Amino acid sequence: MARQAASRAKSSASTAKKPAGGGKKSAPKFTPEQIRKFYYDMLLIRRFEEKAGQIYGMGLIGGFCHLYIGQEAVVVGMKSAITDDDAVITSYRDHGHMLACGMDPKGVMAELTGREGGYSKGKGGSMHMFSKEKNFYGGHGIVGACVPLGTGLAFSQKYQDSNDITLCYMGDGTANQGQVYESFNMAELWSLPVVYVIENNEYAMGTSVKRSSAQTQLYKRGESFNVPGEQVDGMDVFAVAAAGRKAVDWVRSGKGPYILEMKTYRYRGHSMSDPAKYRSKEEVNKKRAEHDPIDHLRQTMLDDKINTEEELKEVDRKIKAIIADAVEFAQNSPEPQPEELYTDVVA
Amino acid sequence: MPTEILMPALSPTMTEGKLARWMVKEGDTVSSGDVLAEIETDKATMEVEAVDEGKIGKILIAGDTDNVAVNTPIAVLLEEGEDAGDLDDFKASAAPAPAEKAEDVEEAPAPTPRVSTQETHDAYDASGEIPAGTEMVKMTVREALRDAMAEEMRKDDRVFIMGEEVAEYQGAYKVTQGLLDEFGARRVIDTPITEHGFAGIGVGAAFHGLRPIVEFMTFNFAMQAIDQIVNSAAKTRYMSGGQMESPIVFRGPNGAASRVAAQHSQCYASWYSHVPGLVVIAPHTAADAKGLLKAAIRNPNPVIFLENEILYGQSFEVPVMDDFVLPIGKAKIERAGDDVTIVSFGMGMRYALEAAEALSSDGINAEVIDLRTLRPMDMETVLASVRKTNRCVTVEEGWPQSGVGAEITAQIMHHAFDYLDAPVLRVTGKDVPMPYAANLEKLALPHADEVVAAAKSVCYRD
Repeated sequence: MARQAASRAKSSASTAKKPAGGGKKSAPKFTPEQIRKFYYDMLLIRRFEEKAGQIYGMGLIGGFCHLYIGQEAVVVGMKSAITDDDAVITSYRDHGHMLACGMDPKGVMAELTGREGGYSKGKGGSMHMFSKEKNFYGGHGIVGACVPLGTGLAFSQKYQDSNDITLCYMGDGTANQGQVYESFNMAELWSLPVVYVIENNEYAMGTSVKRSSAQTQLYKRGESFNVPGEQVDGMDVFAVAAAGRKAVDWVRSGKGPYILEMKTYRYRGHSMSDPAKYRSKEEVNKKRAEHDPIDHLRQTMLDDKINTEEELKEVDRKIKAIIADAVEFAQNSPEPQPEELYTDVVA
Repeated sequence: MPTEILMPALSPTMTEGKLARWMVKEGDTVSSGDVLAEIETDKATMEVEAVDEGKIGKILIAGDTDNVAVNTPIAVLLEEGEDAGDLDDFKASAAPAPAEKAEDVEEAPAPTPRVSTQETHDAYDASGEIPAGTEMVKMTVREALRDAMAEEMRKDDRVFIMGEEVAEYQGAYKVTQGLLDEFGARRVIDTPITEHGFAGIGVGAAFHGLRPIVEFMTFNFAMQAIDQIVNSAAKTRYMSGGQMESPIVFRGPNGAASRVAAQHSQCYASWYSHVPGLVVIAPHTAADAKGLLKAAIRNPNPVIFLENEILYGQSFEVPVMDDFVLPIGKAKIERAGDDVTIVSFGMGMRYALEAAEALSSDGINAEVIDLRTLRPMDMETVLASVRKTNRCVTVEEGWPQSGVGAEITAQIMHHAFDYLDAPVLRVTGKDVPMPYAANLEKLALPHADEVVAAAKSVCYRD
């Protein structure tokens, strides 16, 4: 049994060593409807984050604010592979995950501005938001903590004999935390239905994967526990969605956890106050110019005549209006009542 | 309508910065993500990116300008269809919109410390917890804890126990004896030696609707997991605005056992009782262990349940009742008296009661209060007693600095200052790591003799 598991992990890792669909356009196995939704969801996240960055600059958002710009294809592709009953959990670069889960941009933006209309009534902020209704379990500020927590969600799903699974996101920085491996071990030992999605955006704050990791191929990090892993072009929503389907099918069928390493890139700093001394402007510009997930999809849609230029512009306008509404809501929603200071501590 | 581009704050503390240079000029067309300008702060040079599409209509603040306040308009962007003519009607707002600062926030209704001599306090009456005439049986603390878990597991399928050696080994201290046989491997789960991981898995399962009991072989090992206990379990209800909860019990032996030295002999009572969002329970007797563990398992909050290895084998009377559940947050007057109040919990109660017995032969009637729950702490019962006795001694195995006794002392000073006839004294573990040598270990732990001496001292009888 153990042997079987080992060989399965190995073959799975070796067949998928190269990023799928990298650079060239993947043959879409997706309906025009799905593709339009990919575009819409990614653009919504992009515009939301740009706006968040802007109003941070105006002093409307305080503290830490980690933007997701550049990584949109990961959450949007993965979301397409799960159902609304499946659970999602991540660390603190979490705005994109929430929007992909269908959480209201108004509530997310109002949490960023610390207002009572925010998802946590203004008491959580950028890094700590949840939606029980949308099965989004946070939003966790401590690097690594979401991994055992996500494994616990999967534990509960299995314990309750449901058919649901958990998507447990983490970054390349998280991949060096000890509790991640404690979780991989138990998840495989107990065959828990969890897909670990490592969003490798190349930098943990200012430390590159090369400077932090003895094994830089992060999809291999489950090998000692017989957890199969796969590396995916995280800038290509089709590749993400396809790999997501495969991984989700695997865990839903009771075979235990699965690791997806998404090769992605964040355009902005680690947080808003990032001096960006650890990478060159050329590197960032090159990624943006050649690998932007939204530009790439937009071109595919035009080439394949899924939408016209004008139709896509209309989508853009629609999203702009949604974001403008969200900002207006986030600015006008009152600050939490002083009484809120003492509520929700214990029940 | 042209859009103002404002001087951005690029860090949580930035109020002004230098507009170092423009990367675009008037008339340039920009789209979102384009770098517009570079800004220097005391920390770094950073870029300002365009958020909206349009044409740079006018640059209001030239490059190489120092001390530009955050939110000052630095340029005007023309949208599609607008031209320079639109600028004529447009007046840049002169003063920057003030960023909201923490100081402006309305004063919260904090319990401002105030001296009051008008307070009254009522002691909790524990006499009704066990109805008169109830049959009592002798039972060890170990058996009482096991029965509490078994009863709750029979009632509620969401309750399960996980930890090291809880199943096949029957519990490192045999607290889970027989549970595997009755409930099976689905609900009685042996974990690898991986506290950080399984504590987090427990919290995740609690988020998702289960009612985990996580056993730590000892609370010393829970230091490996304390991030999950404090940051994930205790704070999530608050951080989620009340949406999420983690109904989980972390239990296991706490404090010194015998001759296991520094790394296995620490009391964590004050550590956990410091944390809002946690409930902390530390019973002494078997009956309290049973009634409070059942309450803990049903409680919607994360509960730290501090047991004691030396007490596991000690027998006490436990009521024979279908469903014996005790209230959390209520102390118990274990022995009534008028001369001095002795407050303790858990293993400290042994010293407190021994001391009270010794004191009575010297004509001093001590009132001994077992806190039972450390958070929320039943200060009402303690204060009511101190108003009667006017003297207090606290007893705990933990270290003195920032300990449970320090908290009780501060509360008494605040709320019963006028009633004190002597300073409150603390009897604690000594301020050293636990030594191994038998004689030194004995010296490091609190003693009944020390409690007697402290009580006599506050009664001015030494």
